[in-house]
Amino acid sequence: MSLLALEDVTLARGGRVLFERLSLAVEAGGAALVTGPNGAGKSSLIRLAAGLLGPVSGAVRRAERTALLGESAALDPELTLERALAFWARLDGAEPDAVTDALDALALGSLAQVPLRMLSTGQRRRAGLARVAASGAALWLLDEPANGLDADAVAMLEGLIAAHRAQGGAVVVATHLGLRVDGAQPIPIGGQVC
Amino acid sequence: MLSLILRDARRGYAGGGAGLTVSFFLLVTVLFPFAIGPDAALLTRVGGGVVWAAAVLAALLPVERLVAPDMEAGVIDQLAVRGWSLAGVAAAKTLAHWLAFAPPLMAAAVVAAGLLNLPGAVLLRVELGLLIGTPGLAALAVATGALVAGLRGASAVAGLVMLPLAVPLLIFGTGAITGGGAALKLLAAVSLLLVAGAPFAAGAAMRAGSD
Repeated sequence: MSLLALEDVTLARGGRVLFERLSLAVEAGGAALVTGPNGAGKSSLIRLAAGLLGPVSGAVRRAERTALLGESAALDPELTLERALAFWARLDGAEPDAVTDALDALALGSLAQVPLRMLSTGQRRRAGLARVAASGAALWLLDEPANGLDADAVAMLEGLIAAHRAQGGAVVVATHLGLRVDGAQPIPIGGQVC
Repeated sequence: MLSLILRDARRGYAGGGAGLTVSFFLLVTVLFPFAIGPDAALLTRVGGGVVWAAAVLAALLPVERLVAPDMEAGVIDQLAVRGWSLAGVAAAKTLAHWLAFAPPLMAAAVVAAGLLNLPGAVLLRVELGLLIGTPGLAALAVATGALVAGLRGASAVAGLVMLPLAVPLLIFGTGAITGGGAALKLLAAVSLLLVAGAPFAAGAAMRAGSD
């Protein structure tokens, strides 16, 4: 069973059609890489997949437990990293060790007691990824996950995605950077300038 | 749900949020003796109404902090992805806001009563009215916060949206000081209507805002 399925989906934003009759299915262990120029609708596709936007026509089905990494980390700036992540882990009903494991996976263990507002852009991005990793959701929807990350962190992200897929998860990544996701189905959108 | 309520209530008190509201409330109450003169008998007569007007004005202060930061940080999106109804989120926010708003305000009303020379019986009626009316004010504040989130000059618009809708609470709240039971019942009815209806308006506004 596919974790995400888009059938003949047409999406319009602000009176402009971003893409028409797009179909895609991401199976367990699979991945999709959404690419395209700025403003092509990569983020809108991710939000559509997350159910935050409705399509003009077509149908979207997705796994019951979905984790979204949007533009911002959605973590409270005044809390320590660990407590901010624990809030979402509690809502997600994640395992007790999930937050610690996610912090280690993204090399954030030493920053666990630092308030979020003190973190740099790249560290905050990694914190957002840690929230996704700790959620225990099968389907990950990542919007520009590599933004602000250095080379080491990008390698970490690629490893994290590979590990999640190896465990039977699925990932949809929207990026304009050359992120390496092995065997991902390419979804180019907005190729032509309108 | 409980986690969200606790988080929002904590954020309501954090960063001097509740303290600011209370200070503003007391400041407005103090303005009246300056404006109409230190005539104790006159102050006693208008004092209950002054406390209510100050409470409604103070309710306006936290409006911008209630929904807009969460919309901006993507917290509302995250809750929506998890299948939460946004009306439910608004209801949780209303309860959390009430917890951070009403107790400090009701405590400050005691101080205000001292400043305005209000007798104990009047203070008791004011406090009872506030207890019944503040849930309505909290619901209205959350709905207004959701409506104006992301607008420029949000606080000015918030006042225009919220104050007219708060007028019934003000009328019946002050009416209860002299009028007694009937006004209290009407106050409760208005407050209940706001608590029941405003979360749906707030949920719809959040959905429209995140589109």
